[in-house]
Amino acid sequence: MEIVLAFTVGALVAGSVYLLLSRNLLRLLFGVILLSNAVNLSIFLVGGLTFGAPPLIAEGRSVLEAPYANPLPQALILTAIVIGFGLLAFSLVLVYRGHQEIGTLDGDALRLAEPPETPAAGGGATAIPTQDRSAA
Amino acid sequence: MNWLVAAPILIPMATAALTGLAWRSVPLQRALTLAGMTALLLAAIALLLQVQHGRILVMQMGGWAAPFGITLVADMLTAIMVLVSALMALAVAVYSLGDIDPVRARTGFHPVFCALMVGVGGAFVTGDLFNMYVWFEVMLIGSFVLLALGGRKEQLDGAIKYACLNLVATAALLLAVALLYGVTGTLNMAELALRVRMVPNQGIVTTIAVLFIVAFGMKAAVFPLFFWLPAAYHTPAVAVQAIFAGLLTKVGVYALLRTFTLIFTGDTGWTHGGILMWIAGLTMLAGVLGSLAVRDLRRAWSWQVVAHIGYMIMGLALYTPLAVAGVVFYLVHDIVVKTNLFLGAGVVRRLGGSADYAGLGGLFKAAPLLAVLLFVPMASLAGFPPLSGFWSKLVLVQAGLEQQSWAIVAVALVTGLLTMALVGRVWAEVVWKPHPDGDIAGTAALPAGQRLALVAPLVLLSGITVAIGLYAQPVMDLSSRAAADLLSPEPYIRAILGEPPPPPVLVGELP
Repeated sequence: MEIVLAFTVGALVAGSVYLLLSRNLLRLLFGVILLSNAVNLSIFLVGGLTFGAPPLIAEGRSVLEAPYANPLPQALILTAIVIGFGLLAFSLVLVYRGHQEIGTLDGDALRLAEPPETPAAGGGATAIPTQDRSAA
Repeated sequence: MNWLVAAPILIPMATAALTGLAWRSVPLQRALTLAGMTALLLAAIALLLQVQHGRILVMQMGGWAAPFGITLVADMLTAIMVLVSALMALAVAVYSLGDIDPVRARTGFHPVFCALMVGVGGAFVTGDLFNMYVWFEVMLIGSFVLLALGGRKEQLDGAIKYACLNLVATAALLLAVALLYGVTGTLNMAELALRVRMVPNQGIVTTIAVLFIVAFGMKAAVFPLFFWLPAAYHTPAVAVQAIFAGLLTKVGVYALLRTFTLIFTGDTGWTHGGILMWIAGLTMLAGVLGSLAVRDLRRAWSWQVVAHIGYMIMGLALYTPLAVAGVVFYLVHDIVVKTNLFLGAGVVRRLGGSADYAGLGGLFKAAPLLAVLLFVPMASLAGFPPLSGFWSKLVLVQAGLEQQSWAIVAVALVTGLLTMALVGRVWAEVVWKPHPDGDIAGTAALPAGQRLALVAPLVLLSGITVAIGLYAQPVMDLSSRAAADLLSPEPYIRAILGEPPPPPVLVGELP
């Protein structure tokens, strides 16, 4: 069972890397979803898998006795899912808003915050000459 | 049970909740934020006084004994970091009175700012690795909102890149935590320190350590994982830029410092002397060259944030008591200076009407006192004696020479020299050069209240930089004690797991 899950995680990560390499921001976010699901599955996997054994203390006993399911991974995964969901919801809205305002979903076209340097951009009297000042 | 340990989480959280309740009244939100950050500062001072003689304060959440529940712990390093970040929060809260426009204030700047501080404080005091991941996420979602608040096109552009790259970093961090839990069966950092040594396959521990370098390194903006930083940091409101530049990347450095002195110390030749050393040198060079390549004051400072992360990583990579003390000193110095630089750049932009070098100038004629005030963090950044930047660089270079790590020392000195070139360039472009539009108005043109709100934090932070420079010895003493605690973590482990440390039998061994 571990082997199957391990390959599932591997396939998810491979798919997510493919999507993360896309220039389309929406695909990139889908890649992030797959990646966080792969990580959640791997938490489940490293916690140890058990069949049909609840993480409950048997009646009349005071401690857990083997075999029992490890109760911690589900708490961790639940936390991670909630956090991941919040971040993802925000990012989707952010990308949508970006699409509305900037009018593109192409990651390479997002150059507003870091405009490409143009020879004329630095025109004006400055104390330190730079090589492309001559074109201004 | 000492509630002071939880104060760095509880105080900002309560402030965030109260400012949220006061949603309709911006003046009330402002007053609450100021009061909350003042309370945080007082609690931080009390915390430092408690731990100054080597005491380690521990609090078990919900009363669960150490390895099972979430532990909050405050040692010297935590107390120093909490104190400096509380100071920055207060300075930025004061600055925001004059800087944050009504639209941003009405759409939730104050509650989210306090929520960001919850994440910062939580990351400093937690003693549990998964809990640290959670605090990083609290910080991250707060920073997403602050970055996009205002909704200008550049901001959305920067925020999209910041969000996407940080989501990947988050996944890497969670995966690293999960794998470490898988091989050790615990998430408590003190117990991890003991258990990691007992893992039979040390190779897998080193692999996980490298994954932690990637995850925390991305948060700390080290080479080659820093590209989200110069893409985004210059776009939001000035107060937001300042708190980001001062605190967020340094929380990543703190996390690296904590985990790579407490948990991952098995293969220091490879993780510290190898990977971290290369990262440190390349981060310094990439950052300082980037800062020289741009012609915009805020973007130059953004690249400088990256460059100076390299110095701190260098200290961690050298991994001697002196070097680690240098990292702690550098953290204190850098947080103050970077916050100050961004706040100063905000005032310059307000007066000069631009952040581009081409549209700036004439500051010395318009506001000579302000120019002198701005000179302090700039000179400290470049490492002029006797300011704080000189002493912190001196300690790191000295540690490097002791270890005969000539290459990294050379890189550190070259980076310092190039930083000096940048500072000279900024000084010439912004302060001495005549403004392209003729004379500009000085700070006297600003309304009195706004002037006080904008300039008072600059005076405070520049004063701290000068004070650290002139009284370097007390700060160095504190840093050395923090470093000594980090490098011999037995008291830390004993304080958390009880005395004497129980033999790490695998209680709750995985089935």
